[in-house]
Amino acid sequence: MRIGVVTFPGSLDDSSALRAIRVAGGTPVPLFHASDDLREVEAVVLPGGFSYGDYLRCGAISRFAPIMSSIIVAAEHGFPVLGICNGFQILCESHLLPGALTRNEGLHFVCTDQPLIIENTSTPWTSGYTKGDRLVIPIKNGEGSFQASAQTLAELESEGRVVLRYADKNPNGSKNDIAGITNARGNVVGVMPHPEQAIESLTGPSIDGLKFFTSVLQSLVGR
Amino acid sequence: MATIIVEVMLKPEILDPQGQAVASALPRLGFTFAKAVRQGKRFEIEVEGTPTDDQLREIEKAAETLLSNPVIETYVVKVEA
Repeated sequence: MRIGVVTFPGSLDDSSALRAIRVAGGTPVPLFHASDDLREVEAVVLPGGFSYGDYLRCGAISRFAPIMSSIIVAAEHGFPVLGICNGFQILCESHLLPGALTRNEGLHFVCTDQPLIIENTSTPWTSGYTKGDRLVIPIKNGEGSFQASAQTLAELESEGRVVLRYADKNPNGSKNDIAGITNARGNVVGVMPHPEQAIESLTGPSIDGLKFFTSVLQSLVGR
Repeated sequence: MATIIVEVMLKPEILDPQGQAVASALPRLGFTFAKAVRQGKRFEIEVEGTPTDDQLREIEKAAETLLSNPVIETYVVKVEA
């Protein structure tokens, strides 16, 4: 099962995401921002980092990369897309997900092992979890405060589109403690925490993130 | 040659921690006038000659699609001779 990971100029976690896909049992496929070729992958991960130096706004310039035009079209047809951290910011800037990620309340870059609660298990990326599961996954960002209009927030809540919520303490001022959301169709998911950094006990605080990757493989097999 | 100015500000309902940090630094330097501070961005775009209506429409479009994010920001376009 071929899962792609896009490398933008300034991506940091692309190799970790490729590794997570391999550990989960998939075939990781590197994709490059400057090409519009999805290389026959069946799902794609937009990794964390600081694409284009976060110039202008996080994710704002990556949105116009050639690979994104292919991903936007594919996503509109149900192709599974996971945006992690900077990848989440890119998905919001691409209007594949509503809202925006803004500078953290308190201005701190927050790097910590964050407790989280799984809220939605109907996406291809979270189907292996059980609603209410408590995870500990690293967060590391300076602009992770999820903001959206009151109307958008009400829609996200009433349609069950909040995928992941911060538990115990909101680290960055995100509205409704939102750590991750999905689109109306449920195939595009954006999360601020880094599941690809929580797949092995040697290097992560837990292996709670691995199911993001095993879930998508399972969903693709079940199609 | 004219300069087109695009000013981008966070919407009032969006938290501006940078503005807040500036507001709290001012009194430390003895400046006590500021009740609140909001921080924004200013783009200076140089064009040949006087901008035409078509060009201004293009700039509006660019301001809406790239220079600002309408989810969290507003923008104003001005022309300086």
